[in-house]
Amino acid sequence: MGENVENLPEIRQFKEWFEKRHEYAKKWKEKTGGKVVGYFCTYVPEEILYAAGILPVRILGSHEPESITRPYLHDMYCPFCHDTLAQGLQGRYNYLDGVTIAQSCLHMRQSYFSFADRVENIEWSYYLPFPHGVNNPYAADYAKHEFEKFKAAVEEWTGTTISDKDLEEAIQVYNKNRELMMKVFEFRKADDPKITGLHAMYMVVSSQVVDKAEHNEVLESLVEKLPEVESDREVGTRFMLIGSEDYDEELFKLIEYGMDYPATFVFEENCTGSRYFWGTVENGDDKLMALARRYVYRVPCPAKDWARGDFFGRRRFQFIERVIKDWNVEAVIIAQMKFCDPHELDIPSLRDMLDKMGVPHLHLELDLTQPVGQFRTRVEALIESMGEEDLYI
Amino acid sequence: MTEVKVRPFECWDDFKKYRMEYYKNYLEAKEKGGIRWAGSAWAFDAVPAGLGEDVYPLTGEPYGATCAFFRDFSYRALEAIERKGAARDLCGYMRNYWGSIAMNKYLLADGTEVEPFPKPDFNFTIHICCTHAKWYHYAAELEGGVPTYAVDISVGPGYLLDDKKIEYVVRQLEDAITWMEKVTGREYDDELLIKAVENEAKSMTLWAKICKLNQATPAPMEEKSMFSFYVLTLLKRSDEKVVKLYEKLYKEVESRVKRGIGALTYEQFRFVTDNPPPWPFLKVYRYLEQTYGAVSVGSIYTFGLGGAWKCMDEKGEKWVWEPAPTPEEAGFEIHDRRSALWWTAMFNLKYRASWQHEYSHWIRKLETYQMIKDWKADAIIMHLNRGCELWNMSTLEVRDYLVKQGVPVATYEGNMADPREFDEARTFNVIDSFMQSLGVEKLA
Ligand code: SF4
Ligand code: SF4
Repeated sequence: MGENVENLPEIRQFKEWFEKRHEYAKKWKEKTGGKVVGYFCTYVPEEILYAAGILPVRILGSHEPESITRPYLHDMYCPFCHDTLAQGLQGRYNYLDGVTIAQSCLHMRQSYFSFADRVENIEWSYYLPFPHGVNNPYAADYAKHEFEKFKAAVEEWTGTTISDKDLEEAIQVYNKNRELMMKVFEFRKADDPKITGLHAMYMVVSSQVVDKAEHNEVLESLVEKLPEVESDREVGTRFMLIGSEDYDEELFKLIEYGMDYPATFVFEENCTGSRYFWGTVENGDDKLMALARRYVYRVPCPAKDWARGDFFGRRRFQFIERVIKDWNVEAVIIAQMKFCDPHELDIPSLRDMLDKMGVPHLHLELDLTQPVGQFRTRVEALIESMGEEDLYI
Repeated sequence: MTEVKVRPFECWDDFKKYRMEYYKNYLEAKEKGGIRWAGSAWAFDAVPAGLGEDVYPLTGEPYGATCAFFRDFSYRALEAIERKGAARDLCGYMRNYWGSIAMNKYLLADGTEVEPFPKPDFNFTIHICCTHAKWYHYAAELEGGVPTYAVDISVGPGYLLDDKKIEYVVRQLEDAITWMEKVTGREYDDELLIKAVENEAKSMTLWAKICKLNQATPAPMEEKSMFSFYVLTLLKRSDEKVVKLYEKLYKEVESRVKRGIGALTYEQFRFVTDNPPPWPFLKVYRYLEQTYGAVSVGSIYTFGLGGAWKCMDEKGEKWVWEPAPTPEEAGFEIHDRRSALWWTAMFNLKYRASWQHEYSHWIRKLETYQMIKDWKADAIIMHLNRGCELWNMSTLEVRDYLVKQGVPVATYEGNMADPREFDEARTFNVIDSFMQSLGVEKLA
């Protein structure tokens, strides 16, 4: 008899890191005397910071209602960018030494500008221009050029020199993290996906806020144990989640644990899920070029996924199509952050693609807190309608 | 209060005629064997010009504004695209454009509706806000497939420009030419490109010079008229006819300044604005003029969208509202395709004012503050415009900064291109309270 995944110490560790991320960073600082840098977008080449002995942590919100950001951010900007700025203004990130962003959507940029200016303890900030057109052949070359400048700025600020060896070591740690998480996701292809979307979320988001070397140790142990894990919950409908920053526990708990019909997320295509870690840095002599290639050719964020010359060539869509087939996805939940333009701009075409593939889908608009009751009714109705179709087959 | 001489603009009809013909030319291009292309008003419009002298663009933002201006058309277009699942908070110009395609109706500059919507031979755009490239992806899908090419220009502000950044854009433009030859089957003419690049620089610097003349008191132009003038920098700035029109306008405005001809009979208050205006409700401007003798002398939108300015100084510490140099003034010789593409890339990245403040709200703060000083404005009236996420980035931070600098600021909510999102009575109330708080009396 295998162990229940809920009880695995590794999953509990991920959850604890996720919940106590600020405490973790403070302790890390005390222990190492190093600097902590908050980043606003998953296109930041964290390896460069890590190679300089810095702990990069992703700036996240808390999903609590707030009004503190209203004087600085327009209310038509997405709840996530409001939430992240609110954390800074409320002093929850007072341990950060610096902040950075790799050119992202406009909303996140605005949050970054205000955060960098208004959060008192920030002594270093860096706006890293990063190609928006990641599907054009010159993007990696250009990204490398900007990474060179970024590296020089980090060196100047920290008074260190980042050698090729330092970079290589950082790349190895980060690649290992990516490979291990991809392995965990591989298990989810099976009829019994071993872990739920909630667990996967704890795993990925905790990797964004703790030292990757430490995270790797726990991940290795999880990967060893997963084959023996048996779940005592019914898998039910196999869902794929498509969205942006979906790390609201309520959403996962509702869909996977709180409905009359069983359901499980088997894949998350979002930047608190696969988009963050999918694809490793392929080694080469030129470390910065290798890094640039990884960030440019990773599964793109909708803000950057537009083709040139051939408008059918959106890489993210191709990735989604593949996942649906390989992970045996039965239905898709598009969890879109309210007011998020990059996602909204993709949704009409995405819905067309899913319709053509015959994959049922539901579009949920996320806010700071979720209308749980309403979401439950809608997801259950989707599952019911899928059942009805089955009757005619 | 001094009474000022007011005269209608002599070149008004010429601008109007150009705009009328522009939309008509696009519509009728195929009848004459010409080429139609569509894209952002910020696209490098000199590049398709090398395909021939019968190449006609349709730039999306001015077209979206035209739709919005004709409210009834706009209501129908917006609803048509919402039925297809487009979110209401997306770019207002784009939704009007998409809706126009969805209804299969095309709007001429005077509000005449024509069917069907003329399909372009290709889309050619840039990408700087989150919308531009995707706008044309989906438009292409709605039109049943149109070849689409977008150029990434998001390389950071002009004062940090370096060769690599320029090169990144130039390489994309070189490929664009090869691609255009392929999709149109035409041979590309570098001489036409060179001419177009020179014209683009002339149009954009001329517009900047014209805006600068508005520093005079009384102001020779009010912003509502400027909306009809500036738009040519967004329709086809690389067209020689546009250069000629701006030369004519420059002379006229210069002469108005010399002769003391103003925009309003009584100019008792000068202000600037910042965002695109609510196009369906331009009467806000008339209300301010007629009720308070308040003249909008410009905005970072009207000046910066199509004007070429020196922008941030080299250290990135101060905004400089001085017209940018043309290739001739800069001593730069454009002699072949590469030098032409290099110039147009550099010129736009460095001197197009409205591209600068996407990379730092400090740039926008300094830009706005300097405008208020240089154009001797008493205040700023800011449109919290729900129709454009890019122009809305930093607006509240700018507001906060200006208040701290002692500049009177009023804000009103609206949407540049969605007539359903504007509260007229409330806006007039905001204006009245603001004017009262500053002690500006209503005109008798
Ligand atoms: S949800 Fe959308 S708008 Fe908000 S930060 Fe993410 S990509 Fe940007
Ligand atoms: S959102 Fe604003 S900047 Fe972007 S295309 Fe629309 S009007 Fe232009």
